Amino acid sequence: MLRRRFFWLLLVLVVVSVLFLTLGAKGSWGFTLWFRGQKLASLLLIGGAISTATILFQTITHNRILTPSIMGFDALFLLILTVMVFGLGAGGYTQLPKVWLFFLNLGVLTLASVGLFALLLKDQSSDLMRMVLTGIILGVMFRSLSSLIQRLIDPSEFAVLQSASFARFNRVDADLLLLSTGLVLVTWICLWTMRHRLDILALGEVLPVSLGADPKRGQLVILMFISVLVSVSTALVGPVAFLGLLVSSLTYRLIPSWHHGHILPAAVLIGGITLVGGQLVLERILHLETPLAVVVECLGGLVFLFLILRKGST
Amino acid sequence: MPRLWLLTCLGLIIALSVVSIFVGVIALSPLDLFQDPEALQLLAVSRLPRTAAAVLTGCSMAVSGQIMQILVRNKFVEPISAGTGQAAALGILLSVLLFPAAGLAIKMSLAAATALLGTMGFLALVQRLPPTEPLLVPLVGLVYGGILGAVMVFIAYQADLLQYVDVWMLGEFSGVMRGRYELLWIAGIAALVSYLIADQFAILGLGRDMSLSLGLNHRQVMALGLLCVSVVSALTVVTVGMLPFIGLVVPNLISRRLGDNLRVTLPVTALLGGVFVLACDILARVIRHPYEVPVGTVFGVLGTLAFLWLIYARPRHA
Amino acid sequence: MIRIRNLSHQIAGHDILRNVDLDLSKGGLTALVGPNGAGKSTLLSLVARLAATQSGAIEINGLDLKKISHGDLAQLLAILPQVLTSTHRISVQDLVGFGRYPYSHGRLTSKDRQVIEQVLASFELEGIRHRFLDTLSGGQRQRAYTAMAWAQDTEYLLLDEPLNNLDIAASRSLMARLKRLAEQERRTIVIVLHDINYAAGYADHIVAMKAGEIVEAGAPEAIVTEAFLSRVFDTEAQVTHVAGRPLVVV
Repeated sequence: MLRRRFFWLLLVLVVVSVLFLTLGAKGSWGFTLWFRGQKLASLLLIGGAISTATILFQTITHNRILTPSIMGFDALFLLILTVMVFGLGAGGYTQLPKVWLFFLNLGVLTLASVGLFALLLKDQSSDLMRMVLTGIILGVMFRSLSSLIQRLIDPSEFAVLQSASFARFNRVDADLLLLSTGLVLVTWICLWTMRHRLDILALGEVLPVSLGADPKRGQLVILMFISVLVSVSTALVGPVAFLGLLVSSLTYRLIPSWHHGHILPAAVLIGGITLVGGQLVLERILHLETPLAVVVECLGGLVFLFLILRKGST
Repeated sequence: MPRLWLLTCLGLIIALSVVSIFVGVIALSPLDLFQDPEALQLLAVSRLPRTAAAVLTGCSMAVSGQIMQILVRNKFVEPISAGTGQAAALGILLSVLLFPAAGLAIKMSLAAATALLGTMGFLALVQRLPPTEPLLVPLVGLVYGGILGAVMVFIAYQADLLQYVDVWMLGEFSGVMRGRYELLWIAGIAALVSYLIADQFAILGLGRDMSLSLGLNHRQVMALGLLCVSVVSALTVVTVGMLPFIGLVVPNLISRRLGDNLRVTLPVTALLGGVFVLACDILARVIRHPYEVPVGTVFGVLGTLAFLWLIYARPRHA
Repeated sequence: MIRIRNLSHQIAGHDILRNVDLDLSKGGLTALVGPNGAGKSTLLSLVARLAATQSGAIEINGLDLKKISHGDLAQLLAILPQVLTSTHRISVQDLVGFGRYPYSHGRLTSKDRQVIEQVLASFELEGIRHRFLDTLSGGQRQRAYTAMAWAQDTEYLLLDEPLNNLDIAASRSLMARLKRLAEQERRTIVIVLHDINYAAGYADHIVAMKAGEIVEAGAPEAIVTEAFLSRVFDTEAQVTHVAGRPLVVV
C-alpha cells in the first residue's frame, strides 16, 4: 500500500512540475524553461527543506504540533542577520563574499538555536502549551527586535535587509540556489544513513538510552541539520510560519508509518507538491497576485487550530 | 493603596504630556510658546493631538483588554492579538473596497461590526477549550488572529491596497494631527462608560452561574462588554494602528498589585495604560532622533518581554 | 416552598431528569444525595434557573419560576455552583460585598455594610477580609464564597457539593455553621452532598436521587438503612447508629 502511495505522490509531483514548466508559456522555449526551471528548483528545494526540518523537529521533540518556525527559529535567523548587518555595517556586510556570509550566519544560527531549544524544551513535560506559546511570543519578539534594529540602522542601509523579510517564492538568487541545493542534498544523504537511528530517537527520552542510542547527542546532531535547513529556506524566501505544519500533518495522514525511511521522503514529495502545485494554481490558473505564503499561512493556521483544539479536548 | 497608584499615574501622565509636547523633530522649547506664533500652531496641530491620541489609546486599550479578559475568563488575552484587531482591520479594508464613497462614520461602523463578529468567533472557539489549560486560550487567540490577518493580506494583495494594511498592522502616532485622531475620543468615552458598570463586569468575572445567581443580566453585560471591546479596537486600529500587548500587560500588572475589584482598579488600569503608551511613544521619538521608530515596534519588544514574564511568573494557583 | 412538578430534562439526547416531583418545604437543611450522574446538580441548576426548564414546572413560594424577574429571583434564591474557578483576584470583603448586588447594584448602602460585617463575623472571615481569594486555602475560599451567597440574604440557598476538596475539619465546620445559621435565621438550605454520612449527620431531610429520579425522601433516621444504600448506591454497607443518628460504616 505504501509503495502505491509513493508512486502516486511522485506522479502528482511530476505532473505539477511539468505543468508548472509548460503551462501558458509564450515566446522562446529555451528561455522559459531556464527561467521557470530555476523557479521550480527553488520551490522544490524550499518545500523539501522546510518539510524535512519540520519532521526532524517533531521527531526530537516527540510532538506533532511543534515546528521550527512556530518555535521562532526562522525569526531568530532574521534577527541574527539583522544584528550582523548592524554590527558590520551594510558596507562591510556586502563586501564579504556571499558564501562566507552564509556560513557565518549558519554557524551563529546553529549555536543560537541549540540555546533556544535547550531553553524551551527544558521543561517540555511540565507544560506543552506554555512552551508553544513561548515559541510564538519569542518569534514576535525576534521580529520586532529585527525591525527595531533595522530602524536604528541608517535608512539607506535599511533596504539591504528588507529584501530578506518577506516570503517570496518568485525571486531567488542563483548563486545562493546552487549553494543551498548542495547543502540540502548533503543533509538528505546524512539523514538517509541515519534513518533507523531517527526511528529510535522518536521513541522518547528513556527508551533510546536502553536501546543504546544517546538521545542528547542525537538531538544535537539533528538540531544542527534543522538549523542548516531553516537557514537555507529562510535565506531563500524568508519566514513561512505554517508550511511545515501543513506538510507534516498531511504526511502523517497519508503515510501511516513510523519509519523515517518512509516519512522523510514522503514529506519531501508532499512539500514539493504543496509549493509547486500551490504556485501553479495561484499564478497560472487563478491568475492571482497574492504570494503563496499568504495562502499557506492561512491554511496552515487552520490546521494548527484544528490540531490544538483536538489536542485540548483529549 | 489604589489611591496612591491613581495619583502617581495621574502625575506621570501630566509630566509625560509636558515632555511629549516638547519632544519631536522640530525643536520646541517652553519659551517659544510665548514668542513664536508658529510654535503655538505646531502645538495645536501636531503635539497636543499626538499626546492626546497616545493617552486616549493607552487608556482605552488597557480598559478593553481588562474587559476582554473578563469576557473570556482568562488573564492572558487581549483584543488586538486575539483576532478583534485583525477583524476590525478586515472590516475597514472591506468597506474601502465595497463602499469607497461612504463616509468615515459608515466605514468605522463596519469595522466595529466585523470586530464584534471576530470577537464572538473567538469566544465561541474558547468555549470549546478545556478550562484546565489556561494557556491554550492565548495560543488559539494568536493563531486565530494570524489567520484573520492572512485573509486580510490576501484581499489587500488582490485589491492592491497593501499600503493601507501596513498602516493598520503597525501602531504609530507620527501621522496623528488635528482633524485625524478625534475618533479616539469616542474610544475614550467607551472606556469611561464601561466604568459605570464596573461592578457588573467584576461580577461577570466570577462566572456565568455565579453572576446569574446574583441577579446579573449576564447576557446583557456580556453584550455590552463585547461592544465596548469591539468599538475601542476598531477605532484605535483605524486611527493609529495595532498596539498589541498593552491590553494584556497593564491589567495583569494592576491585578497582581491591587486585585480585580474593578470599581477600584479600572481607573488605575486606564491611567497606567495611558502612561505606558505615552512613555513608549516618547521613547520611539527620541531613540533614533530625528527619525522616528513606530511605537508598535517598541511595544513588540517590550510587550513580548512582559508577556513572557507573565506566563512564567504566574501565581501558583492559577 | 419550592414545588417541582413533572420536571424532565435532556442534555445532548440523554435523559438527565425524568418526571421529577418534589416539594421542598421552608426551613431546615435538605441534603440531596445520590450516585454520580443521578441528576442532582442538574436539578439544582434548574431550580436556580441557571438552565432553562425544558418540560415540567417549578414554583417558588407559589410563583412560576419562569415569570420571576432576574432581580427578584436573586433576592429570593441564591446558588453556589460546584466549580468555583475564577481567575479573578478579589478580596474576601469585596466578594462578600458582591452578595449585596441584588439590593444595591454595586453602590453599597449603610445597611449593606452592616450585613457584610455580620456575615464576615458569622463566617469567621474578619481576620482574612483583605486577603485575595487566590491566596486562601481551599476551606477558606469555600467559606468566603458561601459567605457571599449568605450575604445575598435569600430565603433559599442552594449549594452544589460545597465539601469538594475540603478536609474533614473544614467540612465539619462548614456543615455545622450552615446548620446553625439556617436555624437562627430561619433559612432554607438545599445542599448536594457526596458523602452520605455528612447528610445523615447534619441534614434535617434527605432526598435521594438515582438515574434522574427521586427514589426516596425523608428524615435521615428513617431512610438511611442498609437496604437504602444497596438500592440507591448499589453498595452493601453496614449502618450503625451513633448518638441517635445513622452512620454508614465505610
